[in-house]
Amino acid sequence: MVLDSVILSRMLTSTTLAFHIIFATIGVGVPVMISIAEFMGIKRNDPHYLLLARRWARGFTITVAVGVVTGTAIGLQLSLLWPSFMQVAGQVIALPLFMETFAFFFEAIFLGIYLYTWDRFKNKWIHWLLTIPVMIGSSASALFITTVNAFMNTPQGFELKDGKAIEIDPIAAMLNPATPTKVFHVLTTAYLTSALILAAITAFAILRKKGGDYHKKALRLTMVSALIFAFATAIAGDLSAKFLAEYQPEKLAAAEWHFETEENADLIVFGTLDENNEVHNEIRLPGFLSFLAGSSFDTEVIGLNEFPEDERPPLWVHYLFDLMVSIGFYSIFIAAAYILFWKWKKRNEWNKPLLWGIVASGPLAMLAIEFGWIYAEVGRQPWILRGYMKVAEAATKADGVGLTFALFVGLYVLLGILCVVVLIKMFKNRPAEAELEQRFPKKAS
Amino acid sequence: MSLEIVGITVLWIFLYGYLIVASIDFGAGFFAFYGRIKGKEHTLNVLISRYLSPVWEVTNVFFVFFFVGLVGFFPDAAYYYGTALLLPGSIAIILLAIRGSFYAFGNYGSKDNIVYLFLYGATGLLIPASLSTALTISEGGFLEEQGDKVVFLARELFTSPYSWSVVVLSIVSVLFISATFLTYYANRAGDMDSREELRKFSLFWSPPTILASLLVFVSLREHNPEHFTSAIDIWWMFALSLVCFLGASLFIYRRKHHGLAFTLVMLQFFFAFFGYGASHLPYILKPFITIETGVTNPTMGMALVIVFIAGLLLLIPSLYLLMRLFLFDADYVKGNK
Repeated sequence: MVLDSVILSRMLTSTTLAFHIIFATIGVGVPVMISIAEFMGIKRNDPHYLLLARRWARGFTITVAVGVVTGTAIGLQLSLLWPSFMQVAGQVIALPLFMETFAFFFEAIFLGIYLYTWDRFKNKWIHWLLTIPVMIGSSASALFITTVNAFMNTPQGFELKDGKAIEIDPIAAMLNPATPTKVFHVLTTAYLTSALILAAITAFAILRKKGGDYHKKALRLTMVSALIFAFATAIAGDLSAKFLAEYQPEKLAAAEWHFETEENADLIVFGTLDENNEVHNEIRLPGFLSFLAGSSFDTEVIGLNEFPEDERPPLWVHYLFDLMVSIGFYSIFIAAAYILFWKWKKRNEWNKPLLWGIVASGPLAMLAIEFGWIYAEVGRQPWILRGYMKVAEAATKADGVGLTFALFVGLYVLLGILCVVVLIKMFKNRPAEAELEQRFPKKAS
Repeated sequence: MSLEIVGITVLWIFLYGYLIVASIDFGAGFFAFYGRIKGKEHTLNVLISRYLSPVWEVTNVFFVFFFVGLVGFFPDAAYYYGTALLLPGSIAIILLAIRGSFYAFGNYGSKDNIVYLFLYGATGLLIPASLSTALTISEGGFLEEQGDKVVFLARELFTSPYSWSVVVLSIVSVLFISATFLTYYANRAGDMDSREELRKFSLFWSPPTILASLLVFVSLREHNPEHFTSAIDIWWMFALSLVCFLGASLFIYRRKHHGLAFTLVMLQFFFAFFGYGASHLPYILKPFITIETGVTNPTMGMALVIVFIAGLLLLIPSLYLLMRLFLFDADYVKGNK
């Protein structure tokens, strides 16, 4: 592999995005959890939930800050690293990009207000109402930016003539075939991942013997939310597969090592591939790929052999796809198991293996987000604009991409470490019980 | 009004908005660090943090808005600026990233960390300098097209008197705008210690602001005579700017009408900035992009304008609410809420 501008630009873009989506996912999902907790707190007049909302919100500010600055970075890097792409596609996708900044603006204003008005309104519901514009803002910005990514997968709403976009229809470009499933999948997984991360932190605290009523309520709340979001994620994932089968068959085929077009196609789980593209050591579910693609075992699934070799995505995305799906199923399993243990009175829902399983689910969910995005992005290689422009034509011709890459990696390492250090410090010195006593002295006693 | 004029006006308004809110923010970082060094943090820093905490994220959005809008209305700008500014642009992003996240780390996490505060203060002066380079480049003479490559002539930039005069102006203006705003804010808070401290800053940075502006004019005449002539044609804009500046300085000197003084500072920069922008036209980036050649497809342009108006209908009441709660609420400013 030669480290030319194209490779380096891809490396830098993927590093920035891989780092940014951690914070972006939290940024979309955690406001929803904060809102639910505060709602329960006011409704039940329970200081535990109110404190939960406060503490989540406090940690959230740190992740928002990193999310904002890395989001700014990727926003500018689009033009810095892919100037030719932005010159062409900028004409077509400027609208959702513009709308995303409005949504972001809206969120920023109300988040600022929310964080600094905890005790300011006599009517507690007014403060809770502020979470609604924050949630709308964060989810809407995810929605708009996802339409941009969807457009890169299934471009429409323009014609390309002599390297210039003409006959532009901005709305059609936004509402391209990939948009509905992508947006649905992005939102549900962000909510799921955030719920699981908060659950994982809580379960860890309980395991460390720090858990009182506060932590137990937090775990129940997050696990119920997680189960609901996990089911929604499964539906979104299924719809996404059906979308791929119809509009981007090469991506699905690469994920499933599906070479020959056929009906009753098998679903291949894990396994290895030799140099002749023969699959070994796999778990083979007969006919299930057809079922996944079209809800019937007779569905014809297009194979990779239909595509010229230089337009096929790399085959290693199979592993990422499988890992993502496995983690998705694990989330349903762990959330359902916890709720069963809780409702089934004879069982102890606080047993160690179950709690450790929940601790694992948080980081695993975040890994699934990463795997899913890498699969989605690498799965459309070699295209930057599927069918229109290849990645190699779009990269910058400027020198210095290598140096830029090194600088940004340094930045992300620094931000990543400090973010964790600051977050741990923030909560370690102020246990929930002490804060509860101090903030709600009468009720807590 | 034609689409390109609407587009550039929208962008210029956002850049102006960023200029004001970011200057307050950047300068505040510097003053906060200064306050810590001089052991005055209990007056200065509490005040600064009370203002900045709810609004710092909003400041950042103005900037994002500007560059997203620029690429939207003038996609060619993405190509030329994007290719040319890879390194300087990346350094500016990294500085912004350090500043934004360290603000949060310092403010919500480790309150007493001097390193965080230093980085926050230092980047506050480096960022305006690095961002102002983009404006300098737009004057022409620092980019060259070689075949299908756009090359940034860094050496030309570093040896140009014009570019240095812009850097000086940007730093000095940041300190001046910030000091006048914080003087007003301290006065509202009834925090007389901070007000006196900040008043000194305002007065200290006031003459250099005007000197630096004159320096920019003189060096612009050498660098881009055409632009200089157009600027002279709308001399009244710059004259108004000067009048506002004198009024503001006078009020601050006499410890009177601090709110009006800051409004005059805003007007001072409004006239200067729009005068600069108007005389810069028709070029966006000389000589590669003019507003006519660079403008986006009319359908997209129209869509952007519609969204822009709809967005403003949403944003203006929200911003008003934000200001009502944190800027004009006397109890909050005084620290009672």
